[in-house]
Amino acid sequence: MTTLTHILLQSYQRDPDRVAVVVQHAGQPDRLVTSRDLLEGASRYAQAYHQAGIQPGEVVILILQHGEDLIYSFFGAVLGGQIPSIMPFLTEKLSPERYRADLSALIGITRPSAIVTYPEFEAEVRSALKQGDSVRAVLNTGGMASRFQPDLSRLPGLERSPDDIVLLQHSSGTTGLQKGVALSHRAVLNQLDAYSQALGLNSEDVIVSWLPLYHDMGLIAGFLMPVLRDVKLVLLSPFDWVRAPYRLMQAVSEYKGTLSWLPNFAYNFCAQKIRDRQLEGVDLSSWRAVINCSEPVRWESHQLFYERFKSYGLRLNALQTCYAMAENVFGVTQSNLNSQPVVEEIDSEAYLTERVARPAQDGRPALKMMSSGRAISNTQVRVLNDKHRDVPERVVGEIALRSDCMLTGYYNRPDATQKAFTRDGWYLTGDYGYLVGEELFVSGRKKDMIIVGGKNIYPQDLESIASQVPGVHPGRVVAFGIYNEEAGTEDVVLVAEVDTEDGPERQQIADAVRQAVTRNSAIALRNVYLVSPPWIIKTSSGKTARSANRDKYLKEMAKRDA
Amino acid sequence: MDDAMFNTLSEYITAKILKQPGRSLNLQEPLISGGLIDSFSLVDLALFVEDTFGVHIDDTELNADTFDNLEQLISLIEARR
Repeated sequence: MTTLTHILLQSYQRDPDRVAVVVQHAGQPDRLVTSRDLLEGASRYAQAYHQAGIQPGEVVILILQHGEDLIYSFFGAVLGGQIPSIMPFLTEKLSPERYRADLSALIGITRPSAIVTYPEFEAEVRSALKQGDSVRAVLNTGGMASRFQPDLSRLPGLERSPDDIVLLQHSSGTTGLQKGVALSHRAVLNQLDAYSQALGLNSEDVIVSWLPLYHDMGLIAGFLMPVLRDVKLVLLSPFDWVRAPYRLMQAVSEYKGTLSWLPNFAYNFCAQKIRDRQLEGVDLSSWRAVINCSEPVRWESHQLFYERFKSYGLRLNALQTCYAMAENVFGVTQSNLNSQPVVEEIDSEAYLTERVARPAQDGRPALKMMSSGRAISNTQVRVLNDKHRDVPERVVGEIALRSDCMLTGYYNRPDATQKAFTRDGWYLTGDYGYLVGEELFVSGRKKDMIIVGGKNIYPQDLESIASQVPGVHPGRVVAFGIYNEEAGTEDVVLVAEVDTEDGPERQQIADAVRQAVTRNSAIALRNVYLVSPPWIIKTSSGKTARSANRDKYLKEMAKRDA
Repeated sequence: MDDAMFNTLSEYITAKILKQPGRSLNLQEPLISGGLIDSFSLVDLALFVEDTFGVHIDDTELNADTFDNLEQLISLIEARR
């Protein structure tokens, strides 16, 4: 068994001039980063961490946008034996106070020794630090040596054991930032072996990605896998892509991209927001797989995407699916790239009332389900009932998994780690699904997490933000997701109890709630529904019953629209 | 200041982006930094401006530095017409 550092060195020694990453920035020429650039750039950061007294095994938080510095600072930590973790950069809409609070939440649990950011953002980062916390150094990208010849035989990363933690991965919001998924070298490399095999990944492949690196799909499929497997990566900025989704198609066409990963909403987004004139000369025939992952997969979204781009060479067989999670490093299942994902129609009523996915009979209301594929070779998948016993085929239950690439634990959170596993060591995903043969269909979520555009959002974070708005009853707030067919993802609905019956006053409170959530979370809130108390349903222990409240909301909406 | 342009843009944003047709917007209300228009809707706004007024806003310009409220957006459109 080896480590990421060994692999980086071997890759460099094999062919230092190979272009490893093409970094794209809108309005700038593409930057071709060779293996040599990568190793030298990373070594400069490793040297800076060393000079700042940051020891192997300590955590380094990276607060950087898309670009070379993010790549080098990440691999610099790997070479130096430290543990890198990427924190999303401040966005235009996010309030600086919230950002500071999120950063403090992250620091409090993760206890990093160093933070890397831009010179112009250093003051912002320092303002989130408290006396006596773990951070000993704030390094800025301007302080790196311009030329540095590393002694490759003495890199501290070479001394790490395969079972040492190599990186942390967080989801967003206060709750997510306090639950870092800690992954070992061994876990990452086992995942890359099994997942590459499922893809038939080879040196002719070119991966094109706009996904953010703080998310598992971007970090693993769209960054570590190509770099560590000597596959060329074309890396776009998520910031650029969302403003100009056609850049993905142009990049695939220009670099003959073969593989990309997209969350479901991106299929709708690309299909709806790209104009013909932006596709002049674009050829998508090199794409052998566009893999739908990280939110529930929809056949309708694949159809939209295919219809929009088939005249540009997109092949129907290129549309694929995957089920993944950071706790398994990334991939759990993958559809077979040589055929289309399995699609079936199931009886709606049996699914909703009996939790059974029975093939639909003629004339009965049906739901279209698309498989996420089969477990990759190192991962076993089961579907369990409440008592953690296997359910029969086609019966919906909680998806559980076991593999040789599981997380080491939630970093500094033994409580959360223990809760995530059954007594015999199966990881409980919190997702519902059913099996047909080996095909896994993911059908919903047991946990309350909302997935918006591939981002995991904890409703309790949104509820606590809304509770602070004047006029809202603190604690009498509930947030949940409702699927939006047009967007291909969930809309977030927030219901809040207020005393006032006055129309304009309610409008004002609704505006304030929307504003507060938008500026204090990773999402924009659209639907705010104000109600008079008592409306919100709580459990006997006083917790908010989100799914019961969601049902109540849907009923009221249906009545209103009737 | 072109009132017709203000009304057209304001109606589009409240009805299509905010999905609150009854809402009013004022000229100085911060759209991007205030979080009213999220990043997923910026491309819609740019396409709407292009289709309606024949003015191209490059995707590299879709940020609060180029325009953050209706007043600034209207000046930008007028300057390019």
